[in-house]
Amino acid sequence: MNFRKYLVLAGVTVFAAAGDAMLSHGMKQTGNISIHHLQSVILAVLNPWVAVGILLLLAFFTTYMTALSWADLTYVLPATSLGYVLLAFVARFLLHEHVSPLRWLGIALITGGVGFIAGGPALTEHPRVECSGATSPSFDSAQDKLLAKTRRDGAASEVES
Amino acid sequence: MKGLYTWGGILAITFASVVGDVLLARAMKQVGDVGALWRKSGLIAVVRRTLGNPHFFFGVTAMAVAFFSLLFALSWGDVSLVGPAAASLTYIGNAVAAKIFLHERVDRRRWIAASLVAAGVALLAG
Repeated sequence: MNFRKYLVLAGVTVFAAAGDAMLSHGMKQTGNISIHHLQSVILAVLNPWVAVGILLLLAFFTTYMTALSWADLTYVLPATSLGYVLLAFVARFLLHEHVSPLRWLGIALITGGVGFIAGGPALTEHPRVECSGATSPSFDSAQDKLLAKTRRDGAASEVES
Repeated sequence: MKGLYTWGGILAITFASVVGDVLLARAMKQVGDVGALWRKSGLIAVVRRTLGNPHFFFGVTAMAVAFFSLLFALSWGDVSLVGPAAASLTYIGNAVAAKIFLHERVDRRRWIAASLVAAGVALLAG
C-alpha cells in the first residue's frame, strides 16, 4: 500500500458519500418518480444536483474498480465504509441536523471496524486467483508472492502483444 | 404479509449485490493492477480489458438487479429499514462469499471489521 493507493480508497469513500448526498438532495427537489411516468426520469437528470450526483457516482465506480484490482473485497468494503461517518459529520456540522446518540454509537462502531482492517494486509496473495479449492496453506511465502507477481507480469504483457 | 415482502426484497437486494461485488472483484483481479497496467499499456488497454471481461459484464448486471430490487423493496417497506438492513447484510454476505468464492483470507481481524461495520450501519437507522 502506497500513498496513491490510499488516495484511491479515499476517492471511493468521498465520491460515494458526496454522490449519494447530491442525488438525494436533487431527487427531493424533483419529487416522486412513478413507473407510469418515465419521462419524469429525464427531467430528474436535468436537475444539476442529480447530474453532478451521477457524475460523482461514476467517479466512485471507477475508483472502486481500481481499488478492487489490487486489494481484497473484504478489505475495500470495510475500509470505504468511512463514507457513512463522513455523511454524519456533514449532516451534523454543515447542515446542522440532529444526530441521535444511537447514530453516534453506529458511527463509533464503523470507525472501530475500519481501524481493525487498516492494520492488516490489503491483499491475499494467491498463486492463481481462478484456482478452485486447491489453495496453498501459506499464502505469505515468498514463493507464492513470486508466482503471483509472474502471473501479473504475464497478464500485462499479454495485453501488449 | 407486507413485512414478509419487505424482508424478501431485502434478501433479494443483499443476494444480488453480493453476487455483483464478488463478480466485479474477480473481474478486476483478472484485469490486474490497473495503475501498473495503465503505465505499461495505456488507458485504452485498461478500459478494453475491463469492459471485455465477462465477469465484469455479469457483475454490472447483478448490480442493476440489486438496484431494481431496491426500488421494489422501497415500495413495500420503509427506506429507514430497507436501506440499512440491506447494506448491513451485504457486509456480512460479502465476507462469507469472498472467503468461499474468491479464496480471500478472511481472518479474525476481517470478521471483526465486517461485523462492526455491519452493526454500525444497522444502528445508523436509529
